[in-house]
Amino acid sequence: MSMPFYVPPEQLVKDRAEYARKGIARGRSIVAIDYDDGVLLLAENPSRTLYKVSEIYDRIAFAGVGKYNEFEALRVAGIRHADLKGYLYGRPDVAGKGLANAFSQTLGNIFTHEIKPYEVEILVAEVGTDREGNRLFKVTYDGTLYDERGFCAIGGQADTLTSNLAARYRDPAPIADTIRMVADAFGQVEEREIDGWEAAVLDRTRERRMFRRLTQEEIAAALG
Amino acid sequence: MSRERFPGGLPAGSPAPGTSFTDLLRSLDLAPVWEASGSEGLVRAPEGTTVLAMRYGDGVVMVGDRQATEGHLVAHRRIQKVFQADDYSAVAISGTAGLAVEMVRLFQTELEHYEKLEGARLSLDGKATYLARMVRQQLPMVFQGLVVVPLFAGYDETSQEGRLYTFDVVGGRYEEQDFGATGSGGRDAKSYLRGAYRDDLDEPGALDVALRALIAAAEEDTATGGPDLQRGILPNVVTVTVDGYHEAPEEQVAEISAAALEAVR
Repeated sequence: MSMPFYVPPEQLVKDRAEYARKGIARGRSIVAIDYDDGVLLLAENPSRTLYKVSEIYDRIAFAGVGKYNEFEALRVAGIRHADLKGYLYGRPDVAGKGLANAFSQTLGNIFTHEIKPYEVEILVAEVGTDREGNRLFKVTYDGTLYDERGFCAIGGQADTLTSNLAARYRDPAPIADTIRMVADAFGQVEEREIDGWEAAVLDRTRERRMFRRLTQEEIAAALG
Repeated sequence: MSRERFPGGLPAGSPAPGTSFTDLLRSLDLAPVWEASGSEGLVRAPEGTTVLAMRYGDGVVMVGDRQATEGHLVAHRRIQKVFQADDYSAVAISGTAGLAVEMVRLFQTELEHYEKLEGARLSLDGKATYLARMVRQQLPMVFQGLVVVPLFAGYDETSQEGRLYTFDVVGGRYEEQDFGATGSGGRDAKSYLRGAYRDDLDEPGALDVALRALIAAAEEDTATGGPDLQRGILPNVVTVTVDGYHEAPEEQVAEISAAALEAVR
């Protein structure tokens, strides 16, 4: 009988983390940021049909970078989680924190128990009745959960984008100004032509379902 | 390997429920049971009475009275029987109120669930077909005397017109040309509409005719509650047009109701 080689847990975690990070580094970034009427989600995305940002529930949006099939599976699971909760209890009982926690648990378990970790980063945005109520959560490949304020970036250039935005961002601004500012930050960080935009908002002035995709015309108009 | 949940507890829904929320509920053993065991006599529960829908130039109008009855008794005076199904459709209920309201809630969740997963709304026809399936699923309850018959109407974004559907207890689905009604006063509402309906009505005209049809039903059918201006109980009146689902303001409903009641005095 052959004995499996002993691999120390430190090494195992390090290898897995490195593998996942490599996958995510290739992913184009996404930013969620507070604006006047809620939260804007802006992503670099050349595709017009395969979305990275989508609606989860009344006040909650989802964004994912990395391997499409993996974050898509998480997106679907998130919608199921939210719809189940809303149906079994009530619409106000579906909150971003619970959802972010579920993603964190799931990614954490996959990281340690599955053959390979998911090469994804997830962002959960929730719009509140005022700015203080906005919530931005980021969940990394190993299930680590971050609670961010004001703005939050995920993807290959997340760190540089975050520091770039920290230097610019002060207070929530009108939507068009916010789009322009984030697009500028993308341009500076990537140092290349941006390959198509995808944008959506959680707009607290809407009724019930606050998620709305911006059309390409709206994005182009904002970028002027 | 099939599993119902991801390792962290998120519903994985496997074997895959696809886009159906009911199948997801079923995979987790949470689906509503549309079956009553035992055959000792009929179950008594409050019933919703008259709802009607009518096409007009811009879309459809849907009206429902507010009364629920249990035998000869008034069970509730202010229940809601007309609901928003999604941005472009409305659903109204008649029959056993408790079951019908639950069916509507499940139907609303189904439409939204599909829309979010697929990134596109179901076609109006698709929604009506799904609702018919839900009615058929609760067929076992019919033998206990618990009948649910909905009425479905909406704005078809493809053909750009209002359309409406009636159903029967076994889940038969019938698209109606001009108007449809169901519930205990449905027959009276329809016979009023047969005379009063015109296909060139504008929105105020359509609301007027639809409300008068409901009042006509309330005149003939004791279970149907017409507008009660003294208590301020007004019928639910909604329209679905290219601009989506819209509830008519109470003042407008009160005004039309007052005029219509004056006419039958």
